[in-house]
Amino acid sequence: MIEVRDLHKAFGAVKAVDGVSFTARDGEITGLLGPNGAGKTTTLRMLYTLMTPDRGQVLVDGVDATVDPLAVRRTLGVLPDARGLYKRLTARENIEYFARLQGIDEAVLRMRHEALVDALEMRDILDRRTEGFSQGQRVKTAIARALIHDPRNVILDEPTNGLDVMATRGLRRFMQQLKGEGRCVLFSSHIMQEVAALCDRIVVIARGRVVADETPDALRAQTGETNLEDAFVKIIGSEEGLAA
Amino acid sequence: MSTVMASKTRRAGTAFTVFLKEVRENLRDRRTLTSAFLTGPLLGPLLFVMLVNVQVNRELDKADQPLHVPVIGAQYAPHLVDALKEGGIVPDAPVADPGMAVHKQDADVALRIAADYGKAWRKGEPVQVELFYDSSRRDTAGAVERVSRLVETYARQQGAMRLVARGLAPGTAWPVQVAKRDQATPQSRAVLMFAMLPYFFVITLFMGGMYLAIDLTAGERERQSLEPLFANPVARWKILVGKLAAICAFSLASLAITLLAFAVVGRFIPAEKLGMELDLGWHFAGTVLLLMLPLVLLLAALQTLVAAFAKSYREAQTYISLLLMVPLIPSALLAFLPIKAQAWMYAVPLLGQNLGIMQQLRGDGVSGEQFVLCLAGTLAAALVAVGITAQLYRSEKLAISA
Repeated sequence: MIEVRDLHKAFGAVKAVDGVSFTARDGEITGLLGPNGAGKTTTLRMLYTLMTPDRGQVLVDGVDATVDPLAVRRTLGVLPDARGLYKRLTARENIEYFARLQGIDEAVLRMRHEALVDALEMRDILDRRTEGFSQGQRVKTAIARALIHDPRNVILDEPTNGLDVMATRGLRRFMQQLKGEGRCVLFSSHIMQEVAALCDRIVVIARGRVVADETPDALRAQTGETNLEDAFVKIIGSEEGLAA
Repeated sequence: MSTVMASKTRRAGTAFTVFLKEVRENLRDRRTLTSAFLTGPLLGPLLFVMLVNVQVNRELDKADQPLHVPVIGAQYAPHLVDALKEGGIVPDAPVADPGMAVHKQDADVALRIAADYGKAWRKGEPVQVELFYDSSRRDTAGAVERVSRLVETYARQQGAMRLVARGLAPGTAWPVQVAKRDQATPQSRAVLMFAMLPYFFVITLFMGGMYLAIDLTAGERERQSLEPLFANPVARWKILVGKLAAICAFSLASLAITLLAFAVVGRFIPAEKLGMELDLGWHFAGTVLLLMLPLVLLLAALQTLVAAFAKSYREAQTYISLLLMVPLIPSALLAFLPIKAQAWMYAVPLLGQNLGIMQQLRGDGVSGEQFVLCLAGTLAAALVAVGITAQLYRSEKLAISA
């Protein structure tokens, strides 16, 4: 479970995150939705302790991220906005490197590795160097690398960005599987169909603030719109930065 | 409980995991490999052998070869000209303007004998022989010296004969004689020529680690892989330690190759022909390696520090090439300024290594105290550099590329 309380982060005069609070529960998929530049990536970066908040608190499974960042990172699986694979290493070597950094047992590594490779359908690319991978292959490798230590909590920053329809569908199935395993899945997106199709709970962020935190049905009811897209536009107050 | 312990020990080795991965990844990069193991370490020795050989051959050639000198008025002094011929001088046809001939580099040196030479000689009066040369043309100094010595020797012989003819001892005219006692040893003569050797070693060290240093910090940030890396439960200093170790391993390998090459190539340097003695063997290699050890860490930390400041790979490359100028300073200083080494100088990074290597080359050996000063001084500087780099590695901005 990930709990975020009143997060603030400013870069100079720009308030990127200005009082964000929400909770992402185990066994649920929580979507962080907002236009480009709303503060999604900065919020997530504070969750996985890459950035320190100016104010506020992040609790992952009850552990404060500023008090014990290493313990928090151990229970998190993170797909950052920057995928950053090592081009001169194969997909397998990329995954094994992170497994060793996580300090997991070799036997566990092999088991976990097999399960992920099957779930992500990436056996055919395992022993190729990642240089020249397609966007979809890159995301698969980066996700396998991020989840090799079997984390309870999964953070995915715009996971479907740049993927084709087939890859997107595969990824959605995978996220449903993670949810089915009882994990806490938190992902960001600026694509509303995706959020609507997947999420148990939607947190809408605009201009660094949370403007809605509901189930998809409740959102429709709240805005009086039957169409989710219209509901979002109404909540955010403008159509700026929202892709269909 | 035991699994927790095992997991802990595995995590303790994370710096080693980072090290292994960086080494493996960079062994697959052709540019890094060529720079660290081929061009970097081998260019120095090759260049060196070529330079030394050219130098040696030139010196030897000059001593043996006949020297062509335009002589004006050779007909007035046939005996002098004969004496010059015996000394290996070939008198050439006279030129109209000897000064211009030397100036235009048509001749290295020219000789003019006055028309009244014969008359004055017979009267026993001093006669004049003019020597035209250009002292700013360093390469002709040997030729000038040779001609002028031959003329002087001839004059002295003739003078001595005149004194004897008048019943005087030849020594009367030269009451003081200078006896030269050159204290240079064959090794110390070599030092003059090999003053740039320490710089070669530092450059090799530098080049060996350079691409890694750039790749592991600026490159990794540019490729956006630092962010996922830092999302792992590993303290950043451990990641830095692993990366520094990889840089050190590459630059050390580079240095080892260059020392090996010098040891092999040293046998083919005809130093003894110049009256020099050069020992680039195992003892020399060992001493250099030991002196350089803390410098390896210092350079790795400095390169990483500089690369961490840069926003891109290219920018890092520019900064690091500027950093390459720094090790030139002590080498240039020692080559052009005759400094007498003080004890404290050994504690100064780069300068200490420079002095130590030169001393070893001279055949004097490096004393224990100098070793300790050199190693301790550089190690202290290296630790400071590592500390600053570690501080920089903790910064929030480091991981964020866009």
